Amino acid sequence: MTAETTKVPFAGHKKIEKNVALLGVLAFGAVIVGGIVEIAPLFWIDNTIEKVAGVRPHTPLEQAGRDIYIREGCYVCHSQMIRPFRDEVERYGHYSLAAESMYDHPFQWGSKRTGPDLARVGLKYSDEWHVQHLKNPQAMVDGSVMPQYAFLAERDLNAGDMSAELKTLNVVGVPYTQTDIDKANDDLKNQADPMADATDLQKRYPKAQVRDFDGNPDRLTEMDALVAYLQVLGTMVDVNSAAAQEDLAKEKGR
Amino acid sequence: MESLVTRAGLWFVALLFAIFMYVNAVDAPFAIHMGVFGLAALAGLVISLRKPDYKALATGGAALPDQSRYDDDLIRTGVILATFWGCVGFLVGLYIALQLAFPALNLGLEWTTFGRLRPLHTSAVIFAFGGTALITTSFYIVQRTCRARLALPGVARFVFWGYQLFIALAATGYLLGVTQSKEYAEPEWYVDLWLTLVWVAYLAVFVGTILKRKEPHIYVANWFFLSFILTVAMLHLVNNAVVPVSLFGSKSYPVWGGVQGALVQWWYGHNAVGFFLTAGFLGMMYYFVPKQAERPVYSYRLSIVHFWGLIFLYIWAGPHHLHYTALPDWAQTLGMVFSIMLWMPSWGGMINGLMTLNGAWDKVRTDPIIRMMVLSVAFYGMSTFEGPMMSIKSVNSLSHYTDWTIGHVHSGALGWNGMITFSAIYYLAPRLWGRERMYSLRMINWHFWLATLGIVFYASAMWVTGIMEGLMWREYGSDGYLLYSFVETVAAKFPMYLLRAFGGVLYLSGALIMAFNVWQTIAGKLRQEEPLRQAAYDPNADRPLAAAPAE
Repeated sequence: MTAETTKVPFAGHKKIEKNVALLGVLAFGAVIVGGIVEIAPLFWIDNTIEKVAGVRPHTPLEQAGRDIYIREGCYVCHSQMIRPFRDEVERYGHYSLAAESMYDHPFQWGSKRTGPDLARVGLKYSDEWHVQHLKNPQAMVDGSVMPQYAFLAERDLNAGDMSAELKTLNVVGVPYTQTDIDKANDDLKNQADPMADATDLQKRYPKAQVRDFDGNPDRLTEMDALVAYLQVLGTMVDVNSAAAQEDLAKEKGR
Repeated sequence: MESLVTRAGLWFVALLFAIFMYVNAVDAPFAIHMGVFGLAALAGLVISLRKPDYKALATGGAALPDQSRYDDDLIRTGVILATFWGCVGFLVGLYIALQLAFPALNLGLEWTTFGRLRPLHTSAVIFAFGGTALITTSFYIVQRTCRARLALPGVARFVFWGYQLFIALAATGYLLGVTQSKEYAEPEWYVDLWLTLVWVAYLAVFVGTILKRKEPHIYVANWFFLSFILTVAMLHLVNNAVVPVSLFGSKSYPVWGGVQGALVQWWYGHNAVGFFLTAGFLGMMYYFVPKQAERPVYSYRLSIVHFWGLIFLYIWAGPHHLHYTALPDWAQTLGMVFSIMLWMPSWGGMINGLMTLNGAWDKVRTDPIIRMMVLSVAFYGMSTFEGPMMSIKSVNSLSHYTDWTIGHVHSGALGWNGMITFSAIYYLAPRLWGRERMYSLRMINWHFWLATLGIVFYASAMWVTGIMEGLMWREYGSDGYLLYSFVETVAAKFPMYLLRAFGGVLYLSGALIMAFNVWQTIAGKLRQEEPLRQAAYDPNADRPLAAAPAE
């Protein structure tokens, strides 16, 4: 051993290599730093989410439609995040604001545009267009590669207990009131029923669209829910109003 | 005897639990999954009751457990399953590639749409093929490099088969529409809980074996495996923090929403690449490349620097998936800077792998397994250059949302992960079944070329479509209006989608040839074939290059 007294670089590393506990602790320590520095501040830095008027939690019907959107993996091909580029703003509308997805658990920004962005698709097309397009996309858009979802129109909406769903969303931070939670199952039906009295629903969910969405008022189908969800996307915030533009102009360094 | 009773008792409790959950299930997919879980528990119960030698137990002279040097039963099964899952994953990939060219292949059925099959493909390749290969090779390597038998053999079996159950639950869930919609973390809360249990057991077996080691040092491959196991545990737990709607239903909502949810997801998503598909597979590289080349690892110092550099830097790179989104600018820029720095430790690994062949480069000509390893490490180097480049914000503004990203992940997954796993399988199969060599070396050579050509077709087709659609989306006419409607950009990609699918056919056929080769090797056959080309020795050419004066 005496011959090895010359200094070997990284000799100290031998200690780590001989002790699995030390190796494990240091290796774990190395990987927690980045996450803490990047993620934690997002929860307390104020201007992470700018304050804009109009954002509200989804109605039970929209939420049920969102569950179907997730179930069918729509996010695999459609983003919901418009970037602040001239071409994207002209193609899809005003760039997306953090506030617009603040109640989205989980977020649906997506990572791939095999199909177009849907962040502001709401009210751009008629309900009838959406229904026909979901049933047979190729009939509406020649050259589309989207799968056909005709089965949505044939299936009754079986959303489970919407009160329990809203309650769970409330637990993770979506500000549903107790009334919203209690009335969730009625709200679900009323929003797609043109004969029902929806004044209370619309008071609690401003700008909620109440009508039959799938062209079949006798039935509440999965198509009703999905179209209701698509029609609300991007409609909550009036991004083009003067007040909103002024607020955004004041934004800096986000 | 007591351990037998405990083990059978645990499976019995699991079975009762599954039946209880099944009876109370509030939705059909949850009931189906509890049925699957119950069947698995029943299988565990039957196996643990049938396996022991009761006669020996009764007479007190219990048979001695297997005393051979290493515990290789699981590893043999793992080699077969990794081969199988690879073929399944590639086949589903080929099918969904064709769906994008011919949408009629969605069949109008809810279970076979692209939206449900795409997670099946990604999970089959990453978690079934890659994960099985990682567990299998890590169990093989940790025993050899520690010169110790696998610790906790019963727990090791639970890890192995428990992980297969996780795959079965995840895969059936996707087809039934059970998903959290978080990419590469789609399985719902109860499947996540099961994986957590399996993963903790995995850590226990791995660390337990290291603790039993008869070597003073922990070999570098095991640093990478340890870091992979620990970090994946952290990522999995944080990203899958959810609140289930009902304890008897499949639906849950994540704790993280909106912009925070997006960053947590891509912190997870990028480090699933960094630790599952990189650190773990580097562990494989650090064992199999030196073994097959019969050369020591090139640089010990480089392995230290690049190990710590890689694991420290990787974790920061997540925000580059969210450039120009509503994520705050500072986080985007931080993610970009670290992604570019990550290039260096990544290439440290590549250099250490490639330079290990110093003095053995002639084997690239004669040994198709070495050739596969070299290509794999070369693809690792290429993807880890392309990645940092794509994380630059201005490049990303073009590449994001396009097929370029798909091409990038496939040059990494098919080139690096696929090729290093194939060569590990070719290294392991003859040794685990005590054969002289693989059934056919020429078939390995065929596999090499089919896979290489497949990747070239795949990646170049995706580069072209990705850059093309990115440019078409932002192209203006002289009148100042956008030139192309969205669907025109879709139609323009059709020929490239066919070429991509053709690349997939080549890659899949290579994997099928491997499956046949492994099968014949296990069956104990040796194909009589001409040896791979040996260059004839030319003594005249064997002289140093003489320096010629400049003219």
